[in-house]
Amino acid sequence: MNAIHAWAAAPAAILLILGGLLAATGALGLLRLPNFLMRMHPPAMGSTLGAGCVLLASMLVSSAAAGRPVVHALLITLFVVMTAPVTAMLLARAALYRKNRRTGEDQ
Amino acid sequence: MSTMLELAVIFATLCFALALLFATVRLFRGPSAQDRVLALDVMYSNGMLLLLAFGIRFASSAYFDMALLIALFGFVGTVSLAKFLLRGEVIEP
Repeated sequence: MNAIHAWAAAPAAILLILGGLLAATGALGLLRLPNFLMRMHPPAMGSTLGAGCVLLASMLVSSAAAGRPVVHALLITLFVVMTAPVTAMLLARAALYRKNRRTGEDQ
Repeated sequence: MSTMLELAVIFATLCFALALLFATVRLFRGPSAQDRVLALDVMYSNGMLLLLAFGIRFASSAYFDMALLIALFGFVGTVSLAKFLLRGEVIEP
């Protein structure tokens, strides 16, 4: 395995730190916010932008180690970006349905 | 593996572990069922990121496959749990 040069290690380190901070901030928002519909927002930041940062860092490091472009991580990026809105919409619909049913308004 | 990248990977690992801890607290405390489902969703995405950070640290491609599997099954699990909360059953006849 080749040594990883500084031109690949420095952006990868910055992207890793950014991704970690985004994920921790999103989970802190999940813990602290008062309402369910408020609590849905912060983790999306960590699981889309944070995951994008970490996957970009992973692509950079593995490309620099292999000496050729390695783009496996694009699969996970594409999948996460495609599926995050679906889960968010389904959870929001479930929360609204359950809230309406509990208060007896029913639509 | 340069020292800077190693320190960054350790910092990112600690951040993801902290995020997993927060999500676990929300999973046990959550007042409603959808809070718990959301906490499970956050837990699987942070576990996926943790595995990717390990893959950078140990320069192995096996962690990548594990992260892809966790992303796939986590999506299926969250969608089926949300469908169960919405309808009362997952696969409708």
